[in-house]
Amino acid sequence: MNWVGDHIGDLLSVSLDHLRLALAPVLVGLLLSLPLGWAANRWRLARAILVPVSGLLYTIPSLALFVMMPLILGTQILDPLNVQAALTVYTVALLVRSIADALAAVPAPVIAAATAMGYRAAGRFFAVELPLAAPVLVAGVRVAAVSNISLVAVGQIIGVGGLGYFLLHGAQSPPNYPEIISGVVLIVVLALLIDGLLAFAGSRLTPWARVGPKAGARR
Amino acid sequence: MGTGRTEGGGAAVNVFEQVIAWLTDPDHWKTTLGIAGIPQRLGEHLHYTGLAMLVAAVIAIPLGAYIGHTGRGGTVVVGVVNSFRALPELGLLILLVLAMGVLLAVQALTIALVSMAVPVLLAGTYAGIRNVDPAVVDAARGMGMREWEILLKVELPNALPLIFGALRAATLQVIATASIAAAVSLGGLGRFVVDGNAFREYDQMAAGAVLIAALAITVELLLAGVQWLVVSPGLRDKPRGRRTRSRLSTAKATT
Repeated sequence: MNWVGDHIGDLLSVSLDHLRLALAPVLVGLLLSLPLGWAANRWRLARAILVPVSGLLYTIPSLALFVMMPLILGTQILDPLNVQAALTVYTVALLVRSIADALAAVPAPVIAAATAMGYRAAGRFFAVELPLAAPVLVAGVRVAAVSNISLVAVGQIIGVGGLGYFLLHGAQSPPNYPEIISGVVLIVVLALLIDGLLAFAGSRLTPWARVGPKAGARR
Repeated sequence: MGTGRTEGGGAAVNVFEQVIAWLTDPDHWKTTLGIAGIPQRLGEHLHYTGLAMLVAAVIAIPLGAYIGHTGRGGTVVVGVVNSFRALPELGLLILLVLAMGVLLAVQALTIALVSMAVPVLLAGTYAGIRNVDPAVVDAARGMGMREWEILLKVELPNALPLIFGALRAATLQVIATASIAAAVSLGGLGRFVVDGNAFREYDQMAAGAVLIAALAITVELLLAGVQWLVVSPGLRDKPRGRRTRSRLSTAKATT
């Protein structure tokens, strides 16, 4: 445990680095997938293209996608941007489908009522449809955030991995168990922390969803 | 052979040509002087994946079916699945290989892969059985079917789309995790990526990545084909069934 005490500063600063590497793609991916998900719900053709393509991208294992990024982006092999771009791809691939499905699941009478109240398409999207899709959106963002936090570590195999550094560095012989375990524990703690924060934020954003199930359970 | 090219930027076409050249080099398709070729690495990858999926299916599908049928322990399943999702696969792999020793590295990898696959399969089977229309189960019971007959002849066939969905997600995750086995000095297609990185041979690295991606996509398409053949036509996803599917699709696991 001496190792942990001696390296507490490193552990904390690399943890912050890890979070930045994992969460920046979630934010960028969310911003990209909102219009894409909207388009996939709006036009049949867009859906017919976007949903299979995102399924295909989601199929590619992380290590392969990290390494293939320079081929697509023309970046340097060890550029941290490769890992970020790959994680953004996963986030978009995950969210486009669920946003399209969530928007499709908004009941037609609700949309008709909003239209009757005078909402134009854009206002209705942000005031009515998007909030109703929020629970699915938050669930998708949680999955993306948690899996990104775990996948960043895989990036260390090609040299960009936040806390993954402690996993591979500690595994060199002779193995340094406190170092590896610190890395694993911090990754799990970060994942659970972010998941919890997002779940909390999600329930604040959708107060009606909090009331619903409870009222149902009381009956 | 590797050209030792480290700068990938700039001439993207050149990189593509290098990858194709690497992949079509006959030297890379045979094992010579102890240097494993593509077929051997592919074989290892499939071996790790197949073994882990077999063990995981034997554990998770009966257990998930039992829990789904009786409804007992459902909350435990959901909790276990969510907590496993946070576990970093690389860390689990490294700790298991170190704990069990290099001689048992393949077994350690199998345990790591099985523990990635079991939660996904368990959740999928459980959700599949729970989502079977209760009226259908009641009808089967009313017709005098025994409990095990209901499970085998009614619930499992009806749950197949979700079970297959979980099987595909778990297989992809296992293929992905097996490709990082090279980081703990095991084989598999990830070897090309790790060795290419160590020797600064980007052509080998990128070729390995292409092989891994091709394997994952091929397996996914094959399993989708098997699912299409096995699942009853009455349960196939129809475009107009979008609303019911949206609820189920959130059960998809991560890679």
